[in-house]
Amino acid sequence: MDKFEQLIERVKEELGGISTVRLLGDLKAKFMGKNGEITALLHSMKDVPAAMKADFGKRINTLKVEVEKLFGEKENKLKDDELNARFKNEAVDVTLPGKQNACGSLHPLNIVKNQIIDAFTGLGFEVFEGPEIDTDYYCFQALNIPKDHPARDMQDTFYFNENILLRPHTSPGQVRTMESKKPPIKILSPGRVYRADDDASHSPMFHQIEGLVVDKGVSLCDLKGLLDDFVKTVFDGDTKTRFRPSYFPFTEPSVEVDVTCCKCHGKGCSLCKGTGWIEILGAGVVNKNVLEMSGIDSDVYSGLAFGVGIERITMIKYGISDIRTLFENNVKFLNQFKRR
Amino acid sequence: MKVPFSWLKDYVDIDCTPKELESKLFSCGFEVEETIELGGKTDKIVTCKILKIEKHPNADKLSVTQVDAGKFGKLQIITSAKNISEGDIVPVALDGATLYNGERIFNGELRGLPSQGMFCSGEELGITDDWYEGASIHGILIFKEEYPLGENVRKILDLDDVMYDINVTANRPDCQSIFGIAREVAAVLGKPLKTPDFSYKTDSGISTLETVKVSDEAPELCPRYKARLVKDVKLAESPLWLKRRLFKMGIRSINNIVDITNYVLLEIGQPMHAFDLNDISGKQIIVRRANVGEKIVTLDEKEFKLTPDNLVICDKDKPVALAGIMGGLNSEIKDNTVNVLFESAKFARDNVRKTSRALGQRSDSSARYEKGVDYASVENGMNRALYLISSLGCGKIAADEYDIVDKPLSEKVIKTTVSKVTGVLGIEISQTEIKNILERLYFGVKLNGDELEVTVPLYREDMESYQDIAEEIIREYGYDHIDSTLLKTAAITGGGRTGAQKTTDNLKNLLVGYGFNEIITYSFVPEKDYKTFSKNENADKLIKIINPISEDMSVMRTTLVPSMLRTAAYNVNRKNFSARLFELAKIYTAKSVPLTELPVEETVLCCALFGENEDFFTAKGVVEGIFDIFCYGRDVSFVKSDVKFMHPTRSADIICGGEKIGVVGQIHPSVAEEFNLDKPVYVIELNYDKMSQLFNDKIVFRPISKFPPVERDLAVSVGEDVSCAEVMGAIKKAAGDNLESVYLFDVYQGDQIEKGKKSLAFNLIYQSRERTLNVEEVDESIKNILKLLKEQLNAELR
Repeated sequence: MDKFEQLIERVKEELGGISTVRLLGDLKAKFMGKNGEITALLHSMKDVPAAMKADFGKRINTLKVEVEKLFGEKENKLKDDELNARFKNEAVDVTLPGKQNACGSLHPLNIVKNQIIDAFTGLGFEVFEGPEIDTDYYCFQALNIPKDHPARDMQDTFYFNENILLRPHTSPGQVRTMESKKPPIKILSPGRVYRADDDASHSPMFHQIEGLVVDKGVSLCDLKGLLDDFVKTVFDGDTKTRFRPSYFPFTEPSVEVDVTCCKCHGKGCSLCKGTGWIEILGAGVVNKNVLEMSGIDSDVYSGLAFGVGIERITMIKYGISDIRTLFENNVKFLNQFKRR
Repeated sequence: MKVPFSWLKDYVDIDCTPKELESKLFSCGFEVEETIELGGKTDKIVTCKILKIEKHPNADKLSVTQVDAGKFGKLQIITSAKNISEGDIVPVALDGATLYNGERIFNGELRGLPSQGMFCSGEELGITDDWYEGASIHGILIFKEEYPLGENVRKILDLDDVMYDINVTANRPDCQSIFGIAREVAAVLGKPLKTPDFSYKTDSGISTLETVKVSDEAPELCPRYKARLVKDVKLAESPLWLKRRLFKMGIRSINNIVDITNYVLLEIGQPMHAFDLNDISGKQIIVRRANVGEKIVTLDEKEFKLTPDNLVICDKDKPVALAGIMGGLNSEIKDNTVNVLFESAKFARDNVRKTSRALGQRSDSSARYEKGVDYASVENGMNRALYLISSLGCGKIAADEYDIVDKPLSEKVIKTTVSKVTGVLGIEISQTEIKNILERLYFGVKLNGDELEVTVPLYREDMESYQDIAEEIIREYGYDHIDSTLLKTAAITGGGRTGAQKTTDNLKNLLVGYGFNEIITYSFVPEKDYKTFSKNENADKLIKIINPISEDMSVMRTTLVPSMLRTAAYNVNRKNFSARLFELAKIYTAKSVPLTELPVEETVLCCALFGENEDFFTAKGVVEGIFDIFCYGRDVSFVKSDVKFMHPTRSADIICGGEKIGVVGQIHPSVAEEFNLDKPVYVIELNYDKMSQLFNDKIVFRPISKFPPVERDLAVSVGEDVSCAEVMGAIKKAAGDNLESVYLFDVYQGDQIEKGKKSLAFNLIYQSRERTLNVEEVDESIKNILKLLKEQLNAELR
């Protein structure tokens, strides 16, 4: 074994003992650095006889390539090892739960309110909110419910004095709009309303959306069209409506509007009490007395109005059986409404 | 309104089943809310004859009977009944039978002997003496007739009838009677209506006018008053058919005269009253308002002190009836009553309602008057009562009567056009069809081209305009004819939410993103909240509900915080130990008390944060986040708060635009304790209306500087009372124009620093938009900052 071969063997042997990239650098300097052994061999070429010079040169070159290759391989291996060690160190259990940036939720009543508003704003409706504490005039008289009217017994109203009360419906929104706006009018008036009732299906405070259209020649057919559109947005696309005669002092004709049961689709189930229909709102053609009291010429214009109970829609939509659940605000309940 | 199907058949030839009629009534606006079977659940109960009665060998109180149940054969029935004898025909419930109340009967064994059924009492069949004499006794019902054996008792007792409970809307008081509903049934079935018999025989020798003097001094409360004398009244039991009709309607038979008045109320919808003429002093009847302090004792022996708001029927000296509500004890029909004055009147519905409410006195009559009695039924009611008296032969009817009316009675005429009526509906209906429908409903119809003239029967006081006519037509024609059109003649409107409404939605969405759940709580709160929460301690300004459901819902809130704390406590009690909640709702402030004008309603945003990760700074961070997004560029500052329900050293007033618009921080521990919250709760309350004045949604693009920033950290020690805001303010003031940003990254207090001092460390970034800054000018700025900090706040560089 000549000194070239011995050198290779020594490089191999010493490389075997190296475990870090830094030590590898030191070792490389020992052989290939300015004062390294291979550099020294190269310098010794000047002492080699001329006849052997070519051969010596060739061999030393081969040696150099071979050593560099060995160092290169070793370096790659060490880097791989280091990376693998790091990966091992940095390993995570990907099935551990993520760190939550927990989102909250809108209240289900407002989710439904927004859906209703969206359904109608698309048809050109604006949104107007009136005061919750209002006068007898706006809550009753201007809606064709004079003081002696038996319909006053239909809602048990909270009073502050003979004239000022908590509105029992959002219908005063109709009157206030008609007083301040000229037709064409298309508005929604959502908000809190109050009646002295408290059980599993009645809350002393609840929410309604009043809708009003005043324009030339609007009819019961238009009301049907509007409400058909609305129920398809809020319930399923195949939901149908049914009108049935009813009575409200501020509309004439007045109708109760039923929708095909969203649970059984009209076949009859416990939710719809076997009828296939669920009552969801009251509506009608605005009584001309109401238009006239608000300064609108009933010979020129006609009106449509509807009042939706948001609680009722919400309870039907999500299968909530006790209205009080909506006002307890249990976080476990509210969190179920994150997916809007 | 309870309506027996069989009774309707008196007036209309109904040729459909009760179920079919129910759906027809539903379609024309009379919803049947419940159908009640007269016979209840009674099933498999038949007549049988008792052949033999023997003592039970093993029981003293039981008998063993052998009965013949016709086609059901000979049966052995064990019974404890004592009122039966051999040969009696009695009802027996067979194996598998159901009693009126739903109870089932099966074959069984009693003390070792088989029993193949059970004898029934009247009660077990759901009937009383009013239905079948002997049904009320304690014991087995024993039939008086020789009924065939094995016959179904429902059939022989005539129990196969159904009663509708019909929801009559408030605009149709004329349908608050069997006859009123019958009119609708006839119309919807397109059948003729048979009018009840109103004929009666009078006695020409008897005159009401000559015997009694009747006057109406309050026509505004009593628009029509009829009175008729009936002499030589023979008080007796009513005939069975009458008793049975009352029984179906749940009314007990008293005697023929009382029963007649009750019958007329049910059938015609007209409350009637009968006075014993002997008790009417001065033989005078005066309808008038009560005098102040006047008293009456009503039939049920209750005494009432009256006011001029109450209408009374009086004789010469005293009230003898509370008009429309109840008669006086002093003039009631007694066993020895001979001469009776019958009253049939129209009283103003609101006055009856008010008096009834004010005195707390109700009756079937007042309930009927509150719904509204019309001019026509006053007449029909009286005539029907007289018919019954005449046909039952229970008195001699005077030949004349009083009929005091406040105005000439004429039928209302509505003049309109067909196109106006169909315009309401939006569909075309032929004139023939319109005429046909209206005439079915007893309207007079005149058509001339498009012109339509409709004469309204007296009892339809609800009819006012073409809209009412449209409703009458469509409820008969059918709502299923209404097409679905989308505002085909209406103008196009833009619609949509306003900018402010959109911003509110965006704000809510931001809060949802911050992890808040939206809550909704009642607007009224317990009055006691105000001891803790009122701002000015001026409890008089509270807006109180006169008629609250409970003390806990009696006052309109002026802050959302107590409701929020109750919600937090509700959740903590249910082991929801951490949460972020918000509510955007109104508060109500009176301008003056008592209220003379509408109060101010302001929208307020209230948030609560509780749980182990929350502190003052998470709450404040939410406020800063909201302002950064919605009020960008507005000067917001936080100043130590003295709001009394807040923690005195961990709460801040939020000042923006020079005005206090809210508060943030920890709830005062003793307030938290009142709400049973033992861990800290942090709240934010912001006046949303004031805040929305400061909304800034303008986005102004600013190019990003091309020149490199220079960064410096600066730690200074200051007295522990010096606020971060003061230090920051001084830095900004002294730094010069090139200071791009400054933020606090550390606060230290402890061993490494002098007692009573704290260290604040800031990161300052300098950057120019025009050029690269040099080190010297930054150093100069830092020097100026330190100088000002030293002068103003005695701050030292650390």
